Amino acid sequence: MFAAIFRWLDQRLQLDDLIAPLRHKTVPRHRLSYWYFFGGITLFLFIIQVLTGILLLLYYRPGASEAFESVQYIMTRVQFGWLIRSIHSWSANLMIFTAFVHMFSTVFLKAYRKPRELTWVTGMLLLFLVMGFGFSGYLLPWNTLAFFATKVGTEIAGQVPLIGKPIMIFLRGGEEVTGATLTRFFGFHVAVLPGLVTVLIVVHLFLVQRLGMSVPPKLEADWAANPSHRREMKFFPNFLLRELMAWYVAIGALGALAAIFPWNLGVKADPFVSAPAGIKPEWYFLFMFQTLKVIPPKVWIVDGEVLGVLGCALAGLFWLLLPFFESDQPGRTKAWITGLSIFAVSYVIGMSIYGFVAN
Amino acid sequence: MCADQTVHPEPSRRHAIEIFLGGGVLATLASFLYPVLRFFVPPTVVDLGGDEVVAAKLVDLKPNSGKIFRFGSRPGLLIMNSDGTYRAFSATCTHLGCTVQYRSDLREIWCACHNGTYDLNGRNISGPPPRPLDVFDVHLRGDDIVVSRKRGA
Repeated sequence: MFAAIFRWLDQRLQLDDLIAPLRHKTVPRHRLSYWYFFGGITLFLFIIQVLTGILLLLYYRPGASEAFESVQYIMTRVQFGWLIRSIHSWSANLMIFTAFVHMFSTVFLKAYRKPRELTWVTGMLLLFLVMGFGFSGYLLPWNTLAFFATKVGTEIAGQVPLIGKPIMIFLRGGEEVTGATLTRFFGFHVAVLPGLVTVLIVVHLFLVQRLGMSVPPKLEADWAANPSHRREMKFFPNFLLRELMAWYVAIGALGALAAIFPWNLGVKADPFVSAPAGIKPEWYFLFMFQTLKVIPPKVWIVDGEVLGVLGCALAGLFWLLLPFFESDQPGRTKAWITGLSIFAVSYVIGMSIYGFVAN
Repeated sequence: MCADQTVHPEPSRRHAIEIFLGGGVLATLASFLYPVLRFFVPPTVVDLGGDEVVAAKLVDLKPNSGKIFRFGSRPGLLIMNSDGTYRAFSATCTHLGCTVQYRSDLREIWCACHNGTYDLNGRNISGPPPRPLDVFDVHLRGDDIVVSRKRGA
């Protein structure tokens, strides 16, 4: 039956031509091959986000007087509403985690080298946008933690000299975090960001398809010298089936997490209460949060937070442009970039743990 | 010069057309973009809060306690000291804008977001805050505790 439908379509659309590139695509086999799965898992979790996000849209109402109540309604009254929302929240967190893993594996396998600079740049832009998704989505339930996280986050943007204040007002939709901010963040979260991310994912996947998979520099040099050492598997169906198994594991983990640890709703935001004790941002902002916390109020003549914010922005910009500092010879990759990468991953993990345990 | 024009009439005419066309397209784009950019900027809201507000009733506060009150569109913090005197501040932390609270155990003003503290004169004494809190005037009118902006501030 499926074969008959496929034949019917194939006669008219020459589908074989369309999937031919996938048949030729190969994936290198070596002892670090499993890192190749993380991009695909991130994509899978993004698809889950789109689907569960669309479901939540059926009941969610943006607005300071309705948002919290509508999420409460989803969690308590809508059948399986708690499950859909918990999957959306858990999948968001797992997606950011796998995106970070994917990014750092690209760094350590040095897959960002020539000719894949643009793949890296689009990937980093996607990572920033995904964090934007996290930041904007966090506010939507309009609870106390989200209210203060947004207040601090937008205030941080406001610290940038000259352009900071207009950016802050643009993000907040006014001087303060109010219902106007919620409407804006809703617009970013469900329209602006999905559009941008979809375009970038298409470009990113096109580049991956066009350039093929990268292998670590040592292996690349070895395979170039001894072509008989080269080991590969077909992308279709061999790698794809393995990837599907990874997706299956991911959805299992997701379902279990959502069912066993449903996401909290918290307390409705009130602009006229104090920030609660022990308030912290989401784990993926913790390392920046902790950095801002330990910088003294004045460093020389510069305000500490301005320094921290500029420092983080410059570090992000440098990371975005990382491939352009790397050598284009596989045998001569720069040791300082490896050193810096080890420092970066230790800093992010170390500061996150410090932020998690500190009062 | 006339000879030059007769020899190369085409490029200069083409150039003029390019300028007109290009300029026209740019002007069209600008006329689309400008309203969109202006649309992004939220209208300014006039703060009708005034310079004075009833922050609390006398019965609301016990000695050594604090209360958040609404001052226009922003929160303020009213504190009753152990000796029965009142102090009022802006409750917006000067670091990154969280809302501070009174800690009766420490007799300090504390911001939970980044662990900044201020003394009871609003001075930043530890943690990341770069500046003191704004101090307001407090006076009593009947049963009301009235908070007002400092004169000339």
